[in-house]
Amino acid sequence: MTVRTTELVAAIVCALCSIGLMVKSAELNIGWVAGKGPGPGAWPFWLSSGMLLVSVITVYRWFRKITPESRNLEIFITRDRLVVVGVSAGSILFLLVATHIVGIYFSLFLFLLFYLKFVGRHSWPLTIVLMIGIPVFIFCLFEWALKIPLPKSFTEPMFYPIYDLMYS
Amino acid sequence: MDSIFTLLASGILEAMQPLNFMMIIIGCTIGLLVGAMPGLGSVNGVAILLPITFLVPPTAAIIFLAAIYYGAMYGGAISSITLGIPGASTAVATVFDGRPLAQSGKADRALIAAAIASFIGGTISVVLFTLFAPPLAAFALKFGPPEEFALMVLAFATFIGLGGDDIPKTIFSILIGLVLATIGLDIISGQPRLIFGDITGFLHGINFLVLAIGIYGIGEMLWTLETTRGEVTVHKVKMSVRSFLASLREIKSYIGTTSLGSVIGYFVGTLPAAGATPASLMSYGLAKTFSSKPETFGKGNVAGVAAPEAGNNAASTGSMLPMITLGIPGSPTTAILLGGMIIWGLRPGPLLFTEHPEFVWGLIGSLYIANFATVLINLAFIPVFVKILTLPFTILAPTIYILCVVGGYAPTQTMHDVWLMFLFGIIGYLLRKLNYPVAPAVLAIVLGPLAERSLRQSLLASQGEMTIFIERPISLVCILLAIALISYPTIQKLIKRRRAQATSGEK
Amino acid sequence: MKSRMKNLVKTVLSSAVAVAAAFGLAGPAAAEWSPKKPVELIIMAGTGGGADQIARLLQGLIEKKNLSPRPFIPINKPGGSGAEALRYMEDKAGDDHTVLVTLNSFYTTPIIQDIGVDVSTFTPIGRMALDNFLLWVNTDRGDITDFDSYVAAVKSAGREWKVGGTGSGQEDSILTAMMESYFGYEVTYIPFPGGGTVAKNLVGNHIDSTVNNPAEQNEFYRAGNTKPLVQFTANRLPAYPDIPTAKELGHPIEYYMQRSINGPPGMSAEAQAWYIGLFETLFNSEEWQTFCVEDGLACESFLKGDELGQYHMTEIEKHKKLIQEVGADAITG
Repeated sequence: MTVRTTELVAAIVCALCSIGLMVKSAELNIGWVAGKGPGPGAWPFWLSSGMLLVSVITVYRWFRKITPESRNLEIFITRDRLVVVGVSAGSILFLLVATHIVGIYFSLFLFLLFYLKFVGRHSWPLTIVLMIGIPVFIFCLFEWALKIPLPKSFTEPMFYPIYDLMYS
Repeated sequence: MDSIFTLLASGILEAMQPLNFMMIIIGCTIGLLVGAMPGLGSVNGVAILLPITFLVPPTAAIIFLAAIYYGAMYGGAISSITLGIPGASTAVATVFDGRPLAQSGKADRALIAAAIASFIGGTISVVLFTLFAPPLAAFALKFGPPEEFALMVLAFATFIGLGGDDIPKTIFSILIGLVLATIGLDIISGQPRLIFGDITGFLHGINFLVLAIGIYGIGEMLWTLETTRGEVTVHKVKMSVRSFLASLREIKSYIGTTSLGSVIGYFVGTLPAAGATPASLMSYGLAKTFSSKPETFGKGNVAGVAAPEAGNNAASTGSMLPMITLGIPGSPTTAILLGGMIIWGLRPGPLLFTEHPEFVWGLIGSLYIANFATVLINLAFIPVFVKILTLPFTILAPTIYILCVVGGYAPTQTMHDVWLMFLFGIIGYLLRKLNYPVAPAVLAIVLGPLAERSLRQSLLASQGEMTIFIERPISLVCILLAIALISYPTIQKLIKRRRAQATSGEK
Repeated sequence: MKSRMKNLVKTVLSSAVAVAAAFGLAGPAAAEWSPKKPVELIIMAGTGGGADQIARLLQGLIEKKNLSPRPFIPINKPGGSGAEALRYMEDKAGDDHTVLVTLNSFYTTPIIQDIGVDVSTFTPIGRMALDNFLLWVNTDRGDITDFDSYVAAVKSAGREWKVGGTGSGQEDSILTAMMESYFGYEVTYIPFPGGGTVAKNLVGNHIDSTVNNPAEQNEFYRAGNTKPLVQFTANRLPAYPDIPTAKELGHPIEYYMQRSINGPPGMSAEAQAWYIGLFETLFNSEEWQTFCVEDGLACESFLKGDELGQYHMTEIEKHKKLIQEVGADAITG
């Protein structure tokens, strides 16, 4: 896919999203209520219609080849770049999915193992230190100092002894 | 007049007592470090305070609080510059120039400028606070919904020139930010809006941090990765006494706009609805508009870091004014501060100044000391923060991602927001590749709700008459200023173009 | 699909707890129940409001008096007038480490919005206080001296009269709608974020009147900026001995806001008993009672457990009738 094609696809997707937002806003009153000003849906509706308008302008500019992107025939994202970006994005995705299943601390452990060892190719001692150190740091900072409990899912009972230590 | 200085002197002396002074040092350090984490701010730092409150007298506790508050304000810039993620909405404008500076290996200069500008902003604002608190509180009362809306128009006027070269895409970015801001409950009608798929998480709306961390923390990070093909070249930043002195010499290049930004920031901060974000934006916008080289802004101009930092620091001091004199929290942090004051049996309100002068002046005195302490602590920490940037990219990147995930989770404590943040990151990255500017969307999501609400409140009050905005003097002045600000660059460009045409015509 | 996932997780969780308990990790099992992890104190309103202040005060007192082996962590879930908080509690069914601090949106939000939560299934713990409402105007309004002159002024102004409030669907908008339907006038209701902002706009003369809690107006009253005209209570509050109640003047308008603590549906009886004990201790503490007096809250009796459940039922019915009478549209606009 070239940059030129992507530019068109993105503009069309933006236009479709604008239409979606307009439809969703139209569930509420989008008109002017006499003596009260705009209805609750008016602000999002007319702003989304503005989004639609500028997206159409972008499509028009694409046909006239006005923007640099619409003249650019290079590949939008080459395979090797996609791999670089994909590994990062994929590992974050994994971190989020795993948080739902095993809670954040074990996910962080696995995420760091993967990123440090297999992406960064760092030495085992460094990997292990950070793999344990970062989750411990996050735990101390959030749970203990800031009192923000992070999601633990079913691993919660494993933390009970730590709570005993923390609050006794 | 005399009495103010005696009161202030006793306040400062109070703050200099060993216990209180220790509180300031600890508080500033905690605030600075917590503020430097994306997603965390003084609100979270205050959580540390609560257990301590029961161990020390109220004055020491409030001094500790003020110190955390101050430290976090300085800390916001650190995240913006070193990580490129605005940790709080007030620090968005700092990213515009802070990030390019850090990427070109000048993180130390940016950090020093931010610290010094924060100090200037803090100093100017506490002095203004000391001298003009009661009259300004009276003036803030004159600000009703129409004036607030006019002020938002003025803030939006500073947007002009923040976007990229592609005008339709810039407008798209502003508009999508404004529309995303309407998700959640509409307080005017009491109806939920744009709740997609009836998902509970949308009911609280889209927090600014979710979009900002997503776009800057994940989106920009992926973009950096891609443009460097994974081999991010780390600029070795060397901190030396000489570079430090060179940075200090730079002060004179931004002192003028910074001082102006501080005054405006303080003033905007005192208005209960506005707060520090529009203040930092206005300060940035003004610095850019009146700069001799406006084109260097957004590409790594030190003045572009200094101006918003001065503005937001001044504004956060300013936002203590409505809290103390009116009992209205200007920000979530002041809201918690307010809760603290009530626990200590102090009632914020118009009588606090007269009934508890020792408390109010102790607080003001501690602002002076905290301001000094924080700038010194901050400068001392800069070499450490700069070191972070020299970490190997494969250690820095996962750490930043982790900070993004936990930072996105912390404000609302729902995974829904973390997923949204990830989604915004990916979309932001793709659109960034197509030259859609992202900053306008991030700013629009902060200012949008304020603008819509004040517009609709005004129209309710006037029963639908738009003339309300030009009938009231303060709002008329703001709108005229906004028009002037919008037309200024265009007029300048026109003049330039005409001159260029004239010269080319001669040839 | 999602709920099956949740059930699976729940099963795994409970079995893990059982295993942990079997190995004696849960501590002295024979002793009475007490929290094993930090307790989430869910606030169905934003930071800085009345409910938030109460939650943070309670959290502080629990810590100060060392009443709980685990801390209480206030979490604000103001979304959708509390709809988000209610759904969150519903999802937490059976959880013993989550409690909710309520205001009246606990009743009104499920009636006005279709959120699929039945609050009568929640586990009632204790009612900490009743908040009162008074009618306030700016002291500059010399022409308005009592309730009658107020009603006359509003009637002649009609829609020009601007009443400030904390949001459509909130308690003060209900009370405003009640007054509209009782006196047969119509005003313009302007919502603001939070009672403090309403007070500021009243002092700045951007609105004409408001029905506000004493806590949010008291300092302005003491400073001579605003004045109360009438109380919507059964008896005169000790803090306002000279202000008549609406009932005394022959207008049966009475409205309160309850501040209570509730658990999610299906909280275990042992946990409920523990929380009741905790909050009763707090209720009877000197600090809480002082706070009540200063804030103009009514804290005469502590309703607990089933008593509170009964109270909730009658209040839900009352609000259903109220909303039917004035019409949900009159409240949400």
